[in-house]
Amino acid sequence: MVKTEDRLTVGITSATAANVNTHGTEPACSSPRSPQLQLAGKLKLRLDEDQLTNCMRCGFCLPACPTFRETGIEAESPRGRIALMKAVTDGLMMPDQSFEEQMSHCLGCRACEPACPADVKYGQLIEQTREAIEEHTESHRWWVKPLRQVVFKQLFPHQKRVRLLGGAMQLYQQSGLRKLARSAGVMKLLPAHLSEMEQVLPNASSKGIVQKIGSHHPAKGMKIATVGMFRGCLMDMLFTETNIKTVELLTEAGFEVVIPDTQACCGALHAHSGETEDARSLARKNIAAFQAAGVDYIVSNAGGCGAILSEYDHLLHEDEQWREGAVWLAKRVVDISDLLIRSGKLATAQTKEQPIRITYQDSCHLRNVMRSADAPRKLLREVSGAEFVEMFEADRCCGSAGTYNIVQPEMAGGLLERKMEHANATKAHYLLTSNPGCLLQMKLGAAKHGDGQMQVQHIVDFLHERLVHNSSEKAKEQA
Amino acid sequence: MLQETIRQQLIAIVGSDFYKDDPQSLVTHSYDGTPMLQALPDGVIYPASTEQVSAIMKVLNTHRIPVIGRGSGTNLCGGTVPVEGGVVMVMHRMNRILEVDLENLVAIVQPGLITKSFIAHVESLGLFYPPDPSSMAISTIGGNIAECSGGLRGLKYGTTKDYVLGLEAVLASGEIIRTGGKLMKDVAGYDLTKLLVGSEGTLAIITEATLKLVPPPKYKKTMLAMYKDLYGAARTVSKIIENRIIPSTLEFLDNATVRVVDDFAKLGLPLDMEAILLIEQDGETEMVERDIARIEEICRSEQAHSVSVAESPEEALKLLTARRSAFTALARLRPTTILEDATVPRSKIAEMVLEINRIAHKHQVTICTFGHAGDGNLHPTATTDARDKEEIHRVEAAFEEIFEAAIRLGGTITGEHGVGLVKSPYLEWKVGSAGIEVMKAVKQAFDPHHLLNPGKIFAKQSRKRVVLQHG
Repeated sequence: MVKTEDRLTVGITSATAANVNTHGTEPACSSPRSPQLQLAGKLKLRLDEDQLTNCMRCGFCLPACPTFRETGIEAESPRGRIALMKAVTDGLMMPDQSFEEQMSHCLGCRACEPACPADVKYGQLIEQTREAIEEHTESHRWWVKPLRQVVFKQLFPHQKRVRLLGGAMQLYQQSGLRKLARSAGVMKLLPAHLSEMEQVLPNASSKGIVQKIGSHHPAKGMKIATVGMFRGCLMDMLFTETNIKTVELLTEAGFEVVIPDTQACCGALHAHSGETEDARSLARKNIAAFQAAGVDYIVSNAGGCGAILSEYDHLLHEDEQWREGAVWLAKRVVDISDLLIRSGKLATAQTKEQPIRITYQDSCHLRNVMRSADAPRKLLREVSGAEFVEMFEADRCCGSAGTYNIVQPEMAGGLLERKMEHANATKAHYLLTSNPGCLLQMKLGAAKHGDGQMQVQHIVDFLHERLVHNSSEKAKEQA
Repeated sequence: MLQETIRQQLIAIVGSDFYKDDPQSLVTHSYDGTPMLQALPDGVIYPASTEQVSAIMKVLNTHRIPVIGRGSGTNLCGGTVPVEGGVVMVMHRMNRILEVDLENLVAIVQPGLITKSFIAHVESLGLFYPPDPSSMAISTIGGNIAECSGGLRGLKYGTTKDYVLGLEAVLASGEIIRTGGKLMKDVAGYDLTKLLVGSEGTLAIITEATLKLVPPPKYKKTMLAMYKDLYGAARTVSKIIENRIIPSTLEFLDNATVRVVDDFAKLGLPLDMEAILLIEQDGETEMVERDIARIEEICRSEQAHSVSVAESPEEALKLLTARRSAFTALARLRPTTILEDATVPRSKIAEMVLEINRIAHKHQVTICTFGHAGDGNLHPTATTDARDKEEIHRVEAAFEEIFEAAIRLGGTITGEHGVGLVKSPYLEWKVGSAGIEVMKAVKQAFDPHHLLNPGKIFAKQSRKRVVLQHG
């Protein structure tokens, strides 16, 4: 073993101090007001030193990381990104533009966390970094900053506006405007990946689930527990039907369902993009809403929402007033598939179609953060008349990752292409998933790279058709 | 940064995408899996062929610039930290399986190939490549060869060196040499193949390897033996070997390791056991059944508290998981995990384990021990915190004594991780000053200007070996 002083000499002084100023980074004392220096200061303040130290650089995270696998470049790996964060806090390098770009390259899929022997909370580190960057950055593409302003500050925090947008989209989609826009070539004005996305968007709705079916839904038969439903923004606007079916599956399975209308956006997009303060204020609203509803569980049908809800305790750990409530909420959050499995009350499903083949794409956040990969598979395996085929690398990110496919189209496109090769290889009739972002991405994938035979569905829609119908019919037979 | 003219020469060889010297690339090639070590290189280069490696070496040799070959940087000896600056040569682009020769049972591969991908490919063809370092999911064949990696199967099947039949390598001068080949026998001159295996990137850059494949075992059985007495466990190891049974795996976990493993893996292992042995035998069904029965007898005769044989492959996997999660579990105890590699003759396992415990106690540090007991290769692992300098000093003092003890018992300072930077001060303890001189002369012959991975294996100063006061 090299003695401590030798190691430290090797480590922090001789090579680094001697080298760093000759490598094009700014000397730390050049300009006290430079944005880079400010960002460095903010990162030093914000990054969790324990977590940075916990990374022992063993490299076990590398094979789990989609961006490392796509590029083979160390900096595009969790180990590399943590090294960069640490280098900034150690004063070894300045957080220049390439640093910012590298941090935004990360999908935030968190696949590195289950792979990490030392249990490093990478998700927290990347969020802390992005939060610091967001306060200082000047390097977004021209359209990103205003878009973020609108989406993060003006749209998602306001449920009414989300519904208004839903209404506008509905109008656009159903009035012939879409047809007109498409035939007039307006879509060509958008970047290619956005116009492709526009084509696979389902029909939006101006009415959310509460407007359509109300807030209270009693359990069928003996009640097991009261469940608060988290309705989500995208889910409620683009997949209202799926939300309704979620309620029906739950009541069928013996749960009373309450949908507090005062709930807000989960804040996942905000937190993952560095708008952490906004995420915190949304979290407070949700805690208040669900505590007032007095629920035993809070169920989510979107992996991305569920994951951040289950991490509210971390998000608000410095907030004395809300800490307890955050823990209360976080430990009650559960994914729809898990709750259905736990209830055990749904009748065995039977598909009425010809024998079909189904496969499942994990929602990264459901799998890696909520650690739920078995429940959806168990449910799907129970569907008789359907053969469940595991897709190669179903646990790999599809490239959707919140707003990633919009702001990082190249990497997202590459990942999607690979994903669809594996999806097509299963020859499944149905490709199912558990998160609206993944669902849209997979729809896009099937439209772009599919053979036209594969249907992409939310697992709830698929199960509803086969479980609820079956249960009701069985009940009728028994009566 | 290198001089502009030199940069341009390197860029002309690999293209501007594959020579990088931005701060981000330098920082992310300043470390490997070794705790507390970091040093920035001057550049990072990604060659795509042997010819490119040769051309790069000619440029670097002309300008006397050091080069550090690197796979995935998972090693634990500081082997790929560019302590004297220079260019880190990342071999990831050279990652192809060039040939699997089913007539000669050999494979020819490039160094950047991930070990696990290679093993998976070979197994899909009904063949077996036994070296299985714990890092195999990401480590490269080139890195395994450079460090002569071992693994859980080393006891029966040997380590990387036993499977390398031939190499293509580029010398510091840029000359390309070829050693060995597809042949099983070759005594034409010095065995340069064996010399390059485990040379830690200090003699040449390996650009191609011919690897031996063997038929896979037909059948295997796994068992777990638990002991309330450390000696009993250790004596079992010696006695199994004495009885001329060579299991495919014979792993040891001490009480501290069992506790953390169980805490994290929730396997329901008994926490009052002083030691656990994980034993696996493979081969022909009859032989495996006979060996396992005999091993079970030996365990019981050495007062094993309980012995259980896995009834199914799933149960066996669960047991192996217990062992494989040891490093995992230990890494969660404290922020910094320093995993070492002391190795002793198999008959001295018990003594060595007791020595480690005594030394840890003396220096007031936490050291858990697990490892490949069957081949004498123990991994005393300190759980500590790099920020507590005083504690780190105590950890290092403890390890110094542990190496001393290993040598005294006829062992060595490293069984499978390599010397690299961290163990270089102790190399002389093992090989003696004449040994060091011969090694230096060999280095001189391959690399007269000391450009290949400088600062590794040979320490500027050897640590003085003192007779330690015991008790």
